[in-house]
Parts: sequence; C-alpha cells; structure tokens
Amino acid sequence: MIPTPLRQFTNNSDSVSVEGQSVGQALNNLCSLHAPLRRHLYADDGKLRSFVNVYVNDEDIRYLQKEATAISDKDVVSIIPSIAGGLE
Amino acid sequence: MNAPELSSEEIRRYGRHLIMPEVGMDGQKKLKAASVLLIGAGGLGSPLGLYLAAAGVGRIGIVDFDVVDYSNLQRQIIHSTKDVGRPKLASAKERIEGLNPFVKVETYEMHLNSGNALELFSKYDVVVDGTDNFPTRYLVNDACVLTGKPNVYGSIFRFEGQASVFATKDGPCYRCLYPEPPPPGLVPSCAEGGVLGILPGIIGTIQANETVKLIIGRGEPLIGRLLLFDAMKMKFRELKLRRNPDCPVCGEHRTITGLIDYEAFCGVQPGWDAYAREQQYEISVDDLKKRLDNKEDLFILDVREPQEYQICNLNGYLIPLRDLPKRINELDTAKEIIVHCKVGGRSRQAVEFMKQAGFRKIKNLVGGIDEWAERIDPAMPRY
Repeated sequence: MIPTPLRQFTNNSDSVSVEGQSVGQALNNLCSLHAPLRRHLYADDGKLRSFVNVYVNDEDIRYLQKEATAISDKDVVSIIPSIAGGLE
Repeated sequence: MNAPELSSEEIRRYGRHLIMPEVGMDGQKKLKAASVLLIGAGGLGSPLGLYLAAAGVGRIGIVDFDVVDYSNLQRQIIHSTKDVGRPKLASAKERIEGLNPFVKVETYEMHLNSGNALELFSKYDVVVDGTDNFPTRYLVNDACVLTGKPNVYGSIFRFEGQASVFATKDGPCYRCLYPEPPPPGLVPSCAEGGVLGILPGIIGTIQANETVKLIIGRGEPLIGRLLLFDAMKMKFRELKLRRNPDCPVCGEHRTITGLIDYEAFCGVQPGWDAYAREQQYEISVDDLKKRLDNKEDLFILDVREPQEYQICNLNGYLIPLRDLPKRINELDTAKEIIVHCKVGGRSRQAVEFMKQAGFRKIKNLVGGIDEWAERIDPAMPRY
C-alpha cells in the first residue's frame, strides 16, 4: 500500500504488487520499479528513514525482524508516513 | 473532584445519555466535571468543539490565533459565513455557548509554544490535537507526556485520516510512532495538498468519541492502535502501536525532559543529508499545476535556450542558464520563483546558484517541462 504523498512516484497507484521473500526485498523491488521512491524511503546510508513506518499487515516491522521480516503472497506491506493536517 | 449535581434542565438535555447504562448519571457528572483543551478551532476543532459541548463537557479550552477565512467554510462548520474576518475563537465560543450554555468556554488567542504549553495543559484533563503542522504536533505530544495528560490525536491529508490516543499512562506516544518529523516539503499541508471537506468531520468526531470515552472511563479507547481512514475507498484499517522503550520522551532512558525548540526540530537541520535539504527547493508538476490553478503568485523562471522556449513554454521568464550569473539582478528574492528547464538538470544547477546568491523562495520543477507535457498538458509539443 502506497500512501498519498508518495503516489506521485507510482503513477498514482495506491497499491503495487511486488515479489519478495522479505520486507526489504519487496521494498527494494518496489524502488526498482519506481526509482524516484528510493530516496524518499531510504537515507544515504541505506537505512529506512525514521519518518517512514512500514507495517506487515497490522504489525510494525520495528517490532518484528525489521526489513528481514519474512512475508508471503497474502501479506500486505504498508508504508505509513506521518501526516500533519488538521487545522487549515 | 466531587461530582457536580445536574440541574433539572441538564437532566432533560442529557436524557439520551442518562438512560444508557454506559453513561448514566455517573458518566454525565464526570463529563460535567471534566475539562478538555482543543488545540485549534479549524477543521478538526469544529466537530470536536460542537460535539464535546453538546455532550456536556463542563469546561472547554480552545487555543487558536487565526481569523475565519472564506475558504475555511468548506469544512470548518463551527464558523458561519457571517464570521469571515472574525477571530476563530470568537465565532467558536459564540457557537458553543449557543449550543450549550452549561459549557464554560475558555479561549486562548496565542501561538502554543514551549514557553506556555506546560502551564496551559496542566489546567485540563484531556488535550485534543487538531493542529496542522509538525512542530505543534511534537510540542503537543511532548507537553502531554510531561504533564501526564492524554493526547487525543487526529490528522488529515486529502482524503486520508489518522486517529489515535497517545500519552496515556501505559500507552505509546506520538514519538513512539514517529521519532522524527519528515523534512519540510515532503508532506504538503492541507493548504497545499487540499482536503476533502467532510474528512475533518469524520476524524474530528472520532476524536470527540475517544475524548468522551476517556472521561467516562468506558469502552475500549484507541490506545496502542492507529486508526487509518480512507474516504475514497470508505475503509478503516487499524495498525498496532507499541510503546517504544527507546522513545526519547516516554522511554526508559528519556533524553527529553523539558520542551525544546520545535521549529528547529522540524526545520532543516545541518546534520540532515542532501535529500532533506533539497526537499524545500523542489516542486512536482502536480503541485505546480494546483498552485497555478489556485492563482497563487508564482514567478516562473525558464532557464532553457531561446529555441527551446519557442517549441513550448509555461509563459515563464526566460534567462538561459549560462546567462543567469550576469542577469540575476533581474530577479526578485522576495517572490516565490519556480525554476524549470527541459527535464530538471539545468534548473537544479540554477537553483543551486541562486541559493548561493541569497535566494530562498526558489523551487526546482522536478522533471521539467517534459514532465509537465507528459502529466499535465498532453497537447504540449515534446522534443
């Protein structure tokens, strides 16, 4: 699942199907398909940016095996960025 | 606190609550004894103020410093057309008091900041976050953790919303979810990105619902859960949130024990990588289109060659990149300048040069006029 602010990099798709045995592989494949996404998700040192949270189904990968978290066909990987709006 | 008694008028007003065992006389008295501080009287604050007042919360504080704008009325239903130009606090107070004169409304016309937040929060039982920017979100979160007040969180963007309850005794806080804000410019505000007018109504009433549950101590509050709402698909999802033992403000080895400078925390920091610094100097063709459609006053600078300009252009002011150093005095640093070339390379160099020349309100059009032709104006010739 691709969040609204990043959809400009995925031809406005809200979800993209990618292969991968782990979360890291799936994200990597996603970035290969949509190259400009990479620097929005990863810092220069190759780590996921701290304002980008990644979930497998309803669980935060920080509390699983992070990017090594294994996934199968049925799992939904969601990128959940922070949003600020409310007042204006 | 001793529970206040309800008058016969109040008993008639709250009758539909009183006959429900989950609220009843005890719950209604708790509501009357309770105080809630709303941060913002805008999109989220509108339904919050109205429903909390209608439900009989005894004391409602509102922090805001804005005046009602005509463009607010699309979603900020606590204000009316006649209120345009008035302080939002004045129209919100009037509306709440008209709805329920038993509610005491306290207004604070000020910017919430590190110097005033702790004292203000300590006067209320629950704080509800309806702000529109990251510095205030982190300020509200930290001040809630430090004063021990629950933070009923809601956030909206275009047609998506989030809600949760942070900073309860054992639950996670906003920093457990997002330790750091995104760089400025990555996530557009509603003013830039737009918002479906009904969305703050939905998210704000969810916040009101959670606030009432916290006060009466019933039900399962949205603690440790992040509710995601998509208005287009009409879908709710829920993600698990955990308290982060390494959280800088509520973790075991906390490093933040007082309020900090949140503008600096959320601004562009010297330690950030090139990506973060670039964000504020970039704009996508979609955002440019929106801003032009909104009739925003933007100066478009085209740094291509004259022959390229003849093929297609965005009615920009033409200064070829190689001429920019000697012609830079033709440009106004006070104006917001969008720089473009064919695909974004030359304009990036132009932006770098202009930054060094002291320009700050400049943005590189990512993908250039070619992206514009592909995405926005298919009739435009490409070369």
